[in-house]
Amino acid sequence: MKLQIPLILVFLCGFTMIAQFMIPHEFSEDLFQYANDFVIVIGILALPIGIYSLMSSTVRKARRNPNERLFSIVTIFGFVIMIIAGLKADWFYSPTSLSSRFFDYILIPAQATLFSLLAFYIASAAYRAFRARTALAAVLLITAFVIMLRLIPLPEPVSTWNNTFVRWILEVPNMAAKRAILIGVALGGITYSMKILLGIERSYMGGD
Amino acid sequence: MAICASAQDQPAAQRGSLGFKALLPPPSALTATDNPNDSGHGILLTWEPSPHFDRVLTYEIFRLPWSPPSEGPPLTADVPESCWIQVGQVPGTETDYVDADDEPTLGQRVNPNFVPRNGELLYRVRALANDGSYSAFTPVAVGVARGDWFHTQRVNVLFITLLLGGLMVYFIRSAQRGGKLFIRPIPGLSRIDEAIGRATEMGRPILFVLGTGTGGDIATLAGYTILARVARKTAEYQTPLLVPVYDPVMLVMAQETVKEAYMAAGRPDVYQPQNVFYVSAMQFPYVAAVNGIMIREKTATNFYMGVFHAESLLLAEAGSSTGAIQMSGTDQVAQIPFFVAATDYTLIGEELYAASAYLSQDPKLVGPLKAQDMVKAAILILATLGLLEATILRTGWISSLIAPY
Amino acid sequence: MAWYDRLLALDRRWIYVILAIAVIIPAIFEMHVSVSTSTEVKAVHSFVGEIRDGKLLFLAFDYDPSTMAELHPMTEAIMHQVFKQDGRLIMSSLSQFGPPMANQLITRIAGEYGKESGKDFVFLGYKPYPAITILAMGTDFRVPFPLDYYNVPLDESPMMEGVHNFDDVEGVVSMCGGNAADMWITYGNAKYGVPLALGVTGVMASDYYPYLQSKQLFGLIPGIKGAAEYEQLSDIKDGEGLRGIPYQTTSHAVVLIFIVVTNIAFFAKRSAAHRI
Repeated sequence: MKLQIPLILVFLCGFTMIAQFMIPHEFSEDLFQYANDFVIVIGILALPIGIYSLMSSTVRKARRNPNERLFSIVTIFGFVIMIIAGLKADWFYSPTSLSSRFFDYILIPAQATLFSLLAFYIASAAYRAFRARTALAAVLLITAFVIMLRLIPLPEPVSTWNNTFVRWILEVPNMAAKRAILIGVALGGITYSMKILLGIERSYMGGD
Repeated sequence: MAICASAQDQPAAQRGSLGFKALLPPPSALTATDNPNDSGHGILLTWEPSPHFDRVLTYEIFRLPWSPPSEGPPLTADVPESCWIQVGQVPGTETDYVDADDEPTLGQRVNPNFVPRNGELLYRVRALANDGSYSAFTPVAVGVARGDWFHTQRVNVLFITLLLGGLMVYFIRSAQRGGKLFIRPIPGLSRIDEAIGRATEMGRPILFVLGTGTGGDIATLAGYTILARVARKTAEYQTPLLVPVYDPVMLVMAQETVKEAYMAAGRPDVYQPQNVFYVSAMQFPYVAAVNGIMIREKTATNFYMGVFHAESLLLAEAGSSTGAIQMSGTDQVAQIPFFVAATDYTLIGEELYAASAYLSQDPKLVGPLKAQDMVKAAILILATLGLLEATILRTGWISSLIAPY
Repeated sequence: MAWYDRLLALDRRWIYVILAIAVIIPAIFEMHVSVSTSTEVKAVHSFVGEIRDGKLLFLAFDYDPSTMAELHPMTEAIMHQVFKQDGRLIMSSLSQFGPPMANQLITRIAGEYGKESGKDFVFLGYKPYPAITILAMGTDFRVPFPLDYYNVPLDESPMMEGVHNFDDVEGVVSMCGGNAADMWITYGNAKYGVPLALGVTGVMASDYYPYLQSKQLFGLIPGIKGAAEYEQLSDIKDGEGLRGIPYQTTSHAVVLIFIVVTNIAFFAKRSAAHRI
C-alpha cells in the first residue's frame, strides 16, 4: 500500500496533465493554474523541513567536531540575523536597513567572488583538458582556441574573418550537435516520464 | 449602457463612416467564427480585402462592447455610432484578426473588450487608405466564442507520444518473452561499482550531488535512480554516503530514496538520516558548502547527477583538487564540456536517463529504451528526407509535418 | 624531471596566480580595447530603439548578484535607452535574489529621468518557479503578481490599465544568469509568441545561438562583450561593459597562452617518448 498509493497518485496526476495539454478549454486552463499553485504550496510546505535539516545538521557538526564549530556558529548566526532583519516589510525595502546592508555588503560581494572563481577554474581545466591527444581532441582544442580568439583584439581584416568563422561555428556545427543532444534528451525525457507515470520506473522512490 | 449614454441617437447604419468621406471601397465577406484551439474567449474574423487593396494602409476592427447580463440585454446593431469600439488594427496586407480577451473586469470596472464564452458579439471592419480617408464599414457579422475540447495543432505531440507509448509496450513484451535487447556499453555507468569500491577501500565517504534543479526535472529524477543504486551498494559495504541537497522538496525525496535503498539492501541499521541534509536553495552558497564538505570530509568518490548550471565546474574542479574519482551526468548541454574536462566519467544527456535500464537490465526498463531508439531512428530518417527535399525539390512539406504548435 | 613533465604537471595554483596577475594588469595600466558590434546585439538595440513614446517593453531581471558583473551593465544600458525615449517598462525577477538588486538599479535610473512607478514603469518583483510564473503571466500579469514589488495593486497603476499579458507589450528582454532563459523560450516565445531577446553570461552564450537561427530569439547580448557593444551602440562612454573589456581580453589571452604551452609540452613529451 505504501508504494501503491504514490504510484496511483503519480499515474492520475500525470495523465491528467497530459490530457490538460491537449484540451484548450477554460476548465482545463483553470485546472492547470490550480495544479501550478499546488506546486508552489508543496514547495512552501517543504521549507520548514529544509530549515530543520539545516539547523540540526549544523548543530550536530558543531557538537561533533570542534574544528567546525566556528562555521556552524556563523551559519546559525547568519540565519537568525537575516530572519530578524526581514521581519518587517519596510526593513526589506529601505536602502539603509540592516537587511539591505547585509545584501549589499555581504551577499553581493560573496556571490560575485564565488562566480569569479569560475574564471580561475576554467583556466585550470583548459590547461589540463585542451591537449591534442587524439584527432577529436584536436578539433575541440582548435574550436575553443578560435572562439576565445574572438575576444582578443586582432588587426583587420583578421578580426572580421575570425568573427564570421566563429559565428558559423556557433550557428552550424554547434547547433547541429546541440540539436542532436536535445533530440536525445527530449525523447529520453518523454520515455522516462512515461515510465514514471506507468509505474515502471520507481527507483526514485527507492524501489527497483 | 454607460458607454453609450452621451451618444448621438442616429443609428449607425444611416451614417457614413464616422463622418469621413468613403473614398475607398470597403472590405467584404466579413465572417466572425469561434477562434479554434482556445479556452472560449476568442473570435476569429476574416474578410476579403478591399478591391483597391494597394491603397489600404490598415484595416480597423470594431465591435459592440460587452456588458454583464445584470446591466440589461446585450446591444444590437442599431445602436448609436459611438457605441462601437475599436478592438484592433492590422496592416493592409492581412485579412484576419483574432479578438481575444478573457478578463471580464479591469480592477473594479467592467472590461468592455471581454469576449464572453457562448455569447453573441457584433463586428464590423473598415479600411484606412494611404491618404487618410476611410472606407465604409462592412455589414455586421455575428460571432460566438466557444471553448474547445481538443487542441488540433497539438496532434503531432499526441502522435509521437502514442507512437512512443505503443513501441514501449511492444518492446517490453518482446523483452519479457526473452528477446535479447542490446544496450551499448556506457563507461560512466559500468564504473559506478568500481568507484564505490575505491571509497570503501580508502575508508572515506562518498559524496552524491543531485544538482541545482528541482524535484520535477527529469535529470534530477534520473539522479535519484543512480542515488538508489549507489546507496544500496554503500549499505552493503557500510561506506558513509553524504547527500547535501539544494531544494527542500528534493530533500524529502532523497531521504526516502536512501532509506528505502538501505532497507532493500537489508541494512536499515546502517542508514544515517543526518547524512542526507539540506544546505541552501541558492546556487553559490550551495557550492561553497559542498566544496567545504569535499575538502573537510576528504570524500573519495564524488557523483554529480542531475541538473547543473554555472556551479558544475566549481564543484568538479574542487573535487579534482582533492584527488577524488568523479562521475558526472547532466542533460544541460552547456555544462557537459565542463564535466568532460574536469571529471573522470560523464553521462551525456540521455545516457543519464538510461541509467536505471542499464544498471538493472530489467526488460520493463530496457524495452522503453529500445522504443526511444526506434523513434530517434525515425526522426533521423525524416530529417535526412527533409534535408534532401529542401535541397533538391526546394519545398518544405516534410518540415511542415513536424512544425511546432 | 624533464621540462615538459614539469609543465604538464604544473600545480594549478601557479595557473591561478598567473591569471590573477593578468586580471590585475588592466586595473593598474589603462588599456583601450576596440569593440566591434555584432548583428545579434544590434538587433536588440534597434528593437529597443522602437520602444518610445509610451510603448511597453517587458524587462526581466532573471539573475542574482553572482552574475551582476556581466548582466548589470547591459540591463542598465537598456533602461537608459528606454527611459530616454519615453518608453515604459514592466519588470520582474525570476531569480530569488534579483529583486533588491533590481530595485537599486531601477530607483537610481528612474530617478535620473524623473520616471515614476506605476506611471512610467512597474516592477512586479519575484515569484518562484520560473516556468509557472511565465505561464501565468501569459494569462495575465495580475495572476502571479496581483501587487507590484512596492505592494501597490496592479489595478491601481495607471500604466497597467488595459495591459494584461504579453500581447500588450512589444517584446520581452530577459537578462538571465540561470535556466529562466529556457523557460522564456519554451513558454514565453513558443507558447505565447512574444518576441524575445536574451542577455546572458559569456559562459551561457553558445547555448543560445541556435535559437537565434531558428528565430525563437530576435537578439542576444552575450556577456560583458555584448554589454560593451550595447553601450557603444547607445553612446555610453564610461559604461561598466566597456570598462570590463580590457580585463576580459587579458584573461582570455592568458588562457590561450596556457593552451599553447600545455600543447607544446604535450607534443615534446610525445616526441621524446617516440625517440626512446
